[in-house]
Amino acid sequence: MNDMTPTREQREAKLEGMGCKRKRVEDIRFTQGKGNYVDDLKLPGMLHGDFVRSPHAHARVKKIDDTEALKVPGVLAVITAETLKTVNLAWMPTLAGDVQMVLADGKVLFQNQEVAFVVATDRYAADDGINKVIVEYEPLPVVIDPFKAMDADAPVLREDLAGKTSGAHGPRKHHNHVFEWTVGDKDLTDAAFRKADVTIKEMLSYHRTHPSPLETCQCVCSFDKIKGELSIWGTFQAPHVIRTVVALISKIPEHKIHVISPDIGGGFGNKVGAYPGYICAAVASIVTGKPVKWVEDRIENLTATSFARDYHMTTEIAATREGRVTGLRVHVLADHGAFDACADPSKWPAGFFNIVTGSYDFPTAHLSVDGIYTNKAPGGVAYRCSFRVTEAAYCIERAMDILAQKLGMDPAELRLKNFIRAEQFPYHSALGWEYDSGDYHTAMRKMMETVDYAGLRKEQALLRAAFKRGETREIMGLGVSFFTEIVGAGPSKNCDILGIAMFDSCEIRMHPTGAGIARVGSKSQGQGHETTWAQIIATEIGIPADDIMVEEGNTDTAPYGLGTYGSRSTPVAGAAIAMAARKIRAKAQMIAAYKLEVHEDDIEWDIDGFRVKGLPEKTMSMKDICWAAYNSVPPGMEPGLEAVSYYDPPNMTYPFGAYICVMNIDVDTGVYKVRRFYALDDCGTRINPMIIEGQVHGGLTEAFAIAMGQEIRYDDEGNVVTGSFMDFFMPTAVETPHWETDFTVTPSPHHPIGAKGVGESPNVGGVPAFSNAVNDAFSFLGSTHIQMPHDYWRNWKAAKDLGVFA
Amino acid sequence: MIPGPFSYHRPATLAEAVNLLSTLGDEARPLAGGHSLVPMMKLRLASPEHLVDLHGVAGLKGIQRRGDKIVIGAMTTQHELLASDDIGKSLPILHETALLIADPQVRYRGTIGGNVANGDPGNDMPALMMVLSASYRLEGKSGAREVAANEFYQGAYFTALEPGELLTSISIPLPAAGHGYAYEKLKRKVGDYATAAAAVVLTMAGGKVATCKIGLTNLSETPLLAEDAAKAVIGTSLDPATLKQAAAAAEAIMSPAADARGPVEYRKHIGGIMVTRALQRAAGRAG
Amino acid sequence: MAKTHVTMKVNGVEVEGLVEPRTLLVHFIRENLSLTGTHIGCETTHCGACTVDIDGMSVKSCTMFAVQAQGSEIMTIEGVANADGSLSALQEGFRMTHGLQCGFCTPGMILRAQRLLKENPRPSEEEIRMGISGNFCRCTGYQNIVKAIQYAAAKINGDEFKEAAE
Repeated sequence: MNDMTPTREQREAKLEGMGCKRKRVEDIRFTQGKGNYVDDLKLPGMLHGDFVRSPHAHARVKKIDDTEALKVPGVLAVITAETLKTVNLAWMPTLAGDVQMVLADGKVLFQNQEVAFVVATDRYAADDGINKVIVEYEPLPVVIDPFKAMDADAPVLREDLAGKTSGAHGPRKHHNHVFEWTVGDKDLTDAAFRKADVTIKEMLSYHRTHPSPLETCQCVCSFDKIKGELSIWGTFQAPHVIRTVVALISKIPEHKIHVISPDIGGGFGNKVGAYPGYICAAVASIVTGKPVKWVEDRIENLTATSFARDYHMTTEIAATREGRVTGLRVHVLADHGAFDACADPSKWPAGFFNIVTGSYDFPTAHLSVDGIYTNKAPGGVAYRCSFRVTEAAYCIERAMDILAQKLGMDPAELRLKNFIRAEQFPYHSALGWEYDSGDYHTAMRKMMETVDYAGLRKEQALLRAAFKRGETREIMGLGVSFFTEIVGAGPSKNCDILGIAMFDSCEIRMHPTGAGIARVGSKSQGQGHETTWAQIIATEIGIPADDIMVEEGNTDTAPYGLGTYGSRSTPVAGAAIAMAARKIRAKAQMIAAYKLEVHEDDIEWDIDGFRVKGLPEKTMSMKDICWAAYNSVPPGMEPGLEAVSYYDPPNMTYPFGAYICVMNIDVDTGVYKVRRFYALDDCGTRINPMIIEGQVHGGLTEAFAIAMGQEIRYDDEGNVVTGSFMDFFMPTAVETPHWETDFTVTPSPHHPIGAKGVGESPNVGGVPAFSNAVNDAFSFLGSTHIQMPHDYWRNWKAAKDLGVFA
Repeated sequence: MIPGPFSYHRPATLAEAVNLLSTLGDEARPLAGGHSLVPMMKLRLASPEHLVDLHGVAGLKGIQRRGDKIVIGAMTTQHELLASDDIGKSLPILHETALLIADPQVRYRGTIGGNVANGDPGNDMPALMMVLSASYRLEGKSGAREVAANEFYQGAYFTALEPGELLTSISIPLPAAGHGYAYEKLKRKVGDYATAAAAVVLTMAGGKVATCKIGLTNLSETPLLAEDAAKAVIGTSLDPATLKQAAAAAEAIMSPAADARGPVEYRKHIGGIMVTRALQRAAGRAG
Repeated sequence: MAKTHVTMKVNGVEVEGLVEPRTLLVHFIRENLSLTGTHIGCETTHCGACTVDIDGMSVKSCTMFAVQAQGSEIMTIEGVANADGSLSALQEGFRMTHGLQCGFCTPGMILRAQRLLKENPRPSEEEIRMGISGNFCRCTGYQNIVKAIQYAAAKINGDEFKEAAE
């Protein structure tokens, strides 16, 4: 070996493979304004569509008069439900097995519901047009409070369901009932409660909020009459699913539908579903023969497409007086709004809410969920969440704190006492999941040591004493949260969307000169897939990540995938990528053996190529193998070097983490200060630590916003009172706390590279940490639970209700 | 979110601007920074047929000292106020307040004239102007007149401006040397209007309050001068009982609306706290 | 509605166009000039995605009419890179410190940060946070954006960039 021969470390570093803080390839274009987002697209002759929306939350639509609108220069058409009925598209199926009006058909069921679609030559004319459409409404009584929706005399919302005593998920008990879903052993759980030394019961509400990515939902539809082909560019987190949905409802053959998701300006679950805008733009393009663009504005985004949460969870825990949990019972009232448009896997009406036993070894549990209709926008999407995991984590983490308070135990100690132990994995939970791996005690103790948990508790005790003596008006809370996620939907045995198993896919094609392209069924919305997917391939096949181009989002070229949401990209697509790369390497091994003139078994993999066992100087690099694949493959072998993998995961993955929030609150104003926030995440094998840290920062910021004020609130008449960025709490750099991140690594035993996924962990784990901090701060004054969001005035009200000003 | 159509006018002189506004009447609106008007137009809550852009009008910008007064041109931006050493030295409360208005981009465009003239109870400068005994120069077709800030505000978005009149400058008597000042504003986040805010300018003599004015923002349909509260602190050393009394007197005149910032009771309570804190901070600064 | 002729200098190039008076500057930039790096996030002057630099000021171009920009000098994200095509210190800083994810807020954020550093070449963390408080980011939690601006400030000033300890 001479001095010029790169060392092993240098060869490895050159790959920029897994574990490397590789800088993102996407950033070259994004920092120069050369991203390619949907609204950037301009097609010849392109028209614009915009919606007339309902000012009422519940009303009969008596008449739609488009006479004046059609006189507006540039306005070409006004589409209503009557128009859509001619193509059988006035209603569309939802992913949750319900149906949803595309345009108001006889009545409106929530404020800002789509009533008519105005098509014009540009967005200015379209806006002029919508202001000239005259709609006559007859207001009807509204149902906003979910707890009143199933009153016997509650107004009937869904007249289309009259007489239907069962829906997609079984029997309906009331005209505003969607479904009931139960899991677990009721008798055993009831018995546990009868025998319990201590029980707690609390109604824990997770308010309605919204993912609100900075780019709203939008699309351009272009129908080519001659070819009978429909092209759709859209902000889709799951482009292939959109293609299938369009094929099913439009009857256009699926191969004649081209769906393209270009760069997406954030999604967070908002861009999974199918919205009336997409349907109307497509119909408008078919009707006019021109491309039609639809771009949602911010108010429309907040008030009409896809809210998240609105879960009201009555939670009970049974325990021994020593603090061992013995049973969990949860009933959820789930407010779905006017239509059940949740984007859950089809068989899961409440998503994976049955992860609600969390990180604890509950011997038994029982869960029931009642979905109901109200006069609010439809949705129920997973806002940086794997299908109701955020709700479940909030439920159990808040309830554990309440139990600790009742037992007079420290909440961290109670958790340590009840954690599933490392040796219990794979662990079968009382509500039916098989947790793949975990080491909760190590993670929790690392968190407690790093932040000096004991010291913080002492400081809190001193401050409480000073408060009681009247020396300060500040109170201090420690919010502990230890979450277990369930991500990577999912195994075909229990996960599908509209009957399509929730696999994901990758196709890798290596070119003769040793560079290649990987096409993947997932779709980045900012997570940096172009960077990290190449890192997986780099490590697996020894080609520098820089020499691998990653492409996603074009359904004509990418293999079928179920898209990116629920932290499923790394667990599912990431696995498909590794498996496709391994196929490449397997073929490469045969070529290398042939070229090195030894038996396949006599060569071994070494970073970036193969070497002959025992003869380390006899090697063939992957780059050379690529060339050979196109000119001298072994006899009988097909030339070329490419592979496709469709990966059906054997199980979900279960990332976990230990978070703590230290917060002070001024009781006089309710103003809080986050003094410290520490987040330890265990997402298994770490592909790019820089990107993981960025994901955690972003998710924590969302969690902060949600817990402390980000709410879609309605008044009693059904008007959205937080429908713009003035009132919908969107923190700036000034309000956002500083984040400390940390990690442990417990690989997933069933994932090809051991990775578990991380994107939504900080949102899932962050919200209970903030809420527990507020609740912990007030607990010594006698409160057990204060509902979110914890904005200033609600904190003040909590203090007032606890007699602080008496 | 597209404004309705309008005709655009960009006069070069004040006379031209005034002439346009009075000729075009109710269908015309003056355009300054535009950060209140343009969003309203996009929501079609305002649909003026004519916009008279004041950016081309000579002489509407600038900060000048005239005797014992500082005169600020209506088109002077918040950013320019912040950049002015003269303001920083003689009217530091304007600096403190301007920094709490919206965000940096809005401050580059947002003008003091727009802020005080449009009558939005959420705007921060009006209460300050009342506390500083400022007056506004209003110019219309029939000439110019001075109106005290105190008498300018009549209701939400209703002011003493007559149709066709423009607010062209603000004249602020220099506060006494060594005065104490503070603007206390509670808001949910950058860019929000005040949940409640209080402006205080006072002088101290021998450890006691000699003169004091207290203004309130976003606690009523108009900015308020809390005269009883100010009276309550004169001659005192701002002991806890006095502060409590002042806060109560101020709260007595507040009538905020319940909104996403909180219920009425909370907003009044915060108003009282802002008064207390502003008094304390102002006293601490008084020389 | 009659259209008005406007001229302005954008990224150093004289441009012109015919616009309705109500044409928002952001639409003129994106649609007439096809400079699509300037984005629209809220339309209510909150999010700052549409921030451009006009005559030395950071301006939300969704709240200004194109006719008002008559005769002005504008810089958009497309004009930020160095003359030789390499990334500017800020663009490089955003990439090196992972100051962006989906990239939608990035152009506005960079334009705003550029003006901030011109006015205050060595801002504190607090001044940076205040300075970008008119720009929302939904992905990063701002922490790495602050770092990116510190990185750029150090590079422009010839200082060494030190990451604050976690």
